[in-house]
Amino acid sequence: MSQLRFSKDHEWIAVDGDVGTVGITQYAQNQLGDIVFVEVPEAGKDVKAGGEAAVVESVKAASEVYAPVSGTVTEGNAVLADKPETVNEDPQGAGWFFKIKVADAAELDGLMDQAAYDKYVAELDA
Amino acid sequence: MRYLPLTQDNRTEMLAAIGAKNVDELFCDLPKSALASAKFNLPNTQSEMSVERDLGKMAAKNLNCGQAPSFLGAGNYRHHTPASLDYIIQRGEFLTAYTPYQPEISQGTLQAIYEFQTQVALMTGMEVANASMYDGATACSEAVAMACRVTKRTRALISGKVHPHYADVTSTSMKFLNVDVDCLAPDPFNVEDLIGRVDSSLACVVVQTPSFFGHLSNFTALAEACRSAGVLLVVCVSDPVSLGALIPPGRMGADIVVADGQSLAGPMGFGGPGVGLFATREKYVRQMPGRLAGETTDEDGRRGWVLTLSTREQHIRREKATSNICTNSGLIALAFSVHMTLLGEAGFKRLAKLNHAMAAVLARKLASVKDVRVLPSNYFNEFVVELPKDAAEVAEQLAARGILGGIPVSRFYPTYPELTDLLLVTATETNTMEDIDAFTGALKEVLS
Amino acid sequence: MTKPTTASGHAGLQLEQALIFEQDTPGATAVDLPDLPDHIDTMGEFENKDAIGLPGLSEPEVVRHYTRLSQKNYSIDSGFYPLGSCTMKHNPRLNEKMARLPGLADIHPFQPVSTVQGALELIDTCAHWLTELTGMAAVAMSPAAGAHGELCGLMCIKSAHDAAGSSRSIVLVPDSAHGTNPATAALCGYTVESIPANAEGRVDLGALKSRLGPDIAAVMITNPNTCGLFERECIEIADAVHEAGAYFYMDGANFNAIVGRLRLSDLGVDAMHINLHKTFSTPHGGGGPGAGPTVISKALAPFAPVPFVVRKGDGYEVEEHAGFGAAKQSYGRMKGFHGQFGVFVRALSYMMSMGVDGLKQASGDAVLNANYLLARLSAELTPAYPGPCMHEAVFDDRFLKGTGVTTLDIAKALIDEGFHPPTMYFPLVVHGALLMEPTETESKAALDQFIESMLHLARKAKAGDAAEAFKAAPQLAPRRRLDETKAARKPILRWKPSEDAAARQAAE
Repeated sequence: MSQLRFSKDHEWIAVDGDVGTVGITQYAQNQLGDIVFVEVPEAGKDVKAGGEAAVVESVKAASEVYAPVSGTVTEGNAVLADKPETVNEDPQGAGWFFKIKVADAAELDGLMDQAAYDKYVAELDA
Repeated sequence: MRYLPLTQDNRTEMLAAIGAKNVDELFCDLPKSALASAKFNLPNTQSEMSVERDLGKMAAKNLNCGQAPSFLGAGNYRHHTPASLDYIIQRGEFLTAYTPYQPEISQGTLQAIYEFQTQVALMTGMEVANASMYDGATACSEAVAMACRVTKRTRALISGKVHPHYADVTSTSMKFLNVDVDCLAPDPFNVEDLIGRVDSSLACVVVQTPSFFGHLSNFTALAEACRSAGVLLVVCVSDPVSLGALIPPGRMGADIVVADGQSLAGPMGFGGPGVGLFATREKYVRQMPGRLAGETTDEDGRRGWVLTLSTREQHIRREKATSNICTNSGLIALAFSVHMTLLGEAGFKRLAKLNHAMAAVLARKLASVKDVRVLPSNYFNEFVVELPKDAAEVAEQLAARGILGGIPVSRFYPTYPELTDLLLVTATETNTMEDIDAFTGALKEVLS
Repeated sequence: MTKPTTASGHAGLQLEQALIFEQDTPGATAVDLPDLPDHIDTMGEFENKDAIGLPGLSEPEVVRHYTRLSQKNYSIDSGFYPLGSCTMKHNPRLNEKMARLPGLADIHPFQPVSTVQGALELIDTCAHWLTELTGMAAVAMSPAAGAHGELCGLMCIKSAHDAAGSSRSIVLVPDSAHGTNPATAALCGYTVESIPANAEGRVDLGALKSRLGPDIAAVMITNPNTCGLFERECIEIADAVHEAGAYFYMDGANFNAIVGRLRLSDLGVDAMHINLHKTFSTPHGGGGPGAGPTVISKALAPFAPVPFVVRKGDGYEVEEHAGFGAAKQSYGRMKGFHGQFGVFVRALSYMMSMGVDGLKQASGDAVLNANYLLARLSAELTPAYPGPCMHEAVFDDRFLKGTGVTTLDIAKALIDEGFHPPTMYFPLVVHGALLMEPTETESKAALDQFIESMLHLARKAKAGDAAEAFKAAPQLAPRRRLDETKAARKPILRWKPSEDAAARQAAE
């Protein structure tokens, strides 16, 4: 059974068993504008919750993408090197950034679920 | 005052629109104590004529290279620039324009940068070049910083044949980044072994050709040794005119090439401003510092240019930027590019050949002076000679005879007494046979 | 009404121009050179026998090429250029004439020092103007630009801390700071932390005081700040910083607002870089060269980089080596040769022309002009802070709320009106910022023209039906809006031979 969680920095993580897929949300890609470059982490990299894992760039901005939970990266999305626009087109599907072996499932409890995240975003725009 | 258009009437009207009694009111936030104690012991305004007179007096106290046969190099060179060049860079639309942040009204600057980037890449034999750095020495420092980012290592090796200013500037900046820079001792006799020192703790090896002392090198073997150890090869070029005659560093396997473009851009100007050239492999472009102009199209589908890959830079990346550089050397880069356009392939190659020919004639004549030995067997337009006595003294005595005959190497290396008899000598296309004979004659006198 | 198309692709005096690589005539050159003298070649196996690939043109073609390119550029000579914190003031041609005197241009940095006493005197005189105007003890002349000067200042500070045996690792920077500030701090090995602004757009003194501690090496403050406001509590900030054992670095990009009016030494500043290409009228040249001499306090002076000019008897010498003589404690060298000498000549020519009375007049007129813009534009635009401002005024995008028009759109529409847009989206602390610095060399008539256009555009935006027209701007410039996304996704950073034909097609 997969869980979908969100961080305050607009990352999403979809967990299936002990592997999570991480990306940025619709809101985040909209804020960034046209994405021109993505740097995904290499397999084997250890990350801590809240630590820098990837970089996403638009023409006028560069943002860190943080690991929502601690763990080890198993795969970076190779498609994004050639087609960074995938993140704009399908941020919560084909535009995933990396997959991670989750070290501590309890950390997911500290993240927001869909309803909480939607509320959070609505307050930001107000 | 001729630069200030506002009249008293203007000021009165404007103050009324603002609702202030006088201009001092607008400065109400400045600390009263500081305003009161401000005293400046400086002269008041002067007319153009008066400024010309004063600066003219300062200029007249210098012996300029138009007044004396001169044979000076060491990274700053006297070449002839065509009259069109200075005229073009003084056009107000180039001279007084800002960084091209609004590309729709800066296509002149942007197209010129794109052409400059291409020319630098072609000349160095590399894939891509940036829009310029401050000078060759800071470009070298930036190259080492970039090599550290790319390789994720914190050690650099600098050959003893690299321009000492390039080495010093690099050591200074790397010290603050805790990068360990190993500067080898000056190597005027061309004996150092670099290949034997390459290991996988190094981010890069920095070399120069023509070297500071004039030697020519082919770094292909060194490049191979570096590649095997995951080390980047940074090649410095002192006088880019040499690229018109010699195998370019790109073809030897360089990963980054840096140079100072002053020699082609314009007058020596007592050493500044110059222009730093910086070229590298396309795969490293996102780690390259400096501005970049890139091609694109506008809404009507017409070709145009914009500054691009700006996310490397300070105004976006802030403390994670590839460099803190903002203003670089745009106008001098333009001058460099204009001269290269005026020269073209044929003119550039011919200019280089002519430089070498003058140096070859000079070397033969100097070598005919008793006890004078030319050290490099291969050189471009610059070479170090060994004299039978202190070179700094010789240079002073030559100057007293109205000849600017070379630079004592000891000026750059105060802690190496074994170098005091070495003199660095340069010839360019601006030297004549009369100059060379005058130099040779004066040197004979001074040494006898 | 659409413009007529032409067979040539030109539009009256707006002339299209291909790349030099597309105009190559093999073997052509615009430079005639003398014959080679008899000589024996000693380049040996290092000689290149292959083609480089450079294009060749005749002199008339080259002159026409660059003339046409220049005509596509906006410049100070063309018109009003109100870029915030850039100080786009008039660049006097006297400066250019002086820099080209053979006695100043045709001299080599390593001639015997006895033959260039005039050059050393010039550097020393320029240095003297800077230390007198700021009241500071010394000045490091070698930094090549503002960012380089910031680095110089921080390197002096780090060296001073190291000499005192202290290992402070943090630099405090306001969140409104220019990007070069944190970038520079990082280059010195420092970690950067933000200081928040208060509701009045100035450094929150309370927040600063509570963060100051034994781990803080320095604070970097721009004053006037990037919102165009003078940091009223500057002296209190300096006192707090010094009490905490830290140094006060001031970013001098906005010096034009206060030059000739007060001394930095009276504000407690320890180091400040000065942008000669801003405050002192040397030309921007499309991206430099500039110069960033850094004035420093007595405590920091021993660490200043080489080279620097020193008096010796009636003459001058230059200290070129760190660790020797007067440069005993110098932290090293930042630049090749003697610094941006040609820029010093231009700056000194300006300083002498203006005089100290003229400089004071200049800062007065600069501040007056900015406040005039603030007052008149407030009729339709929303100022981010109440006045008075210093030499620049910042507006936010509240006046555009609900119109569908953005700050960017206003800027592009201004281009059609014949003005270079102000700085947009900076400082980051102001939403949709428009930061305008008119400078003192604009006439009231020029300001009034700009004001009329800005008010017109603001009204047009607020009318509510003009968003489409704004998005289509500019329509009258040499190019319409350019695709920056494409340029960043698939960077084309140089011309390549195989792309020649395709590029020619795209240009048609």
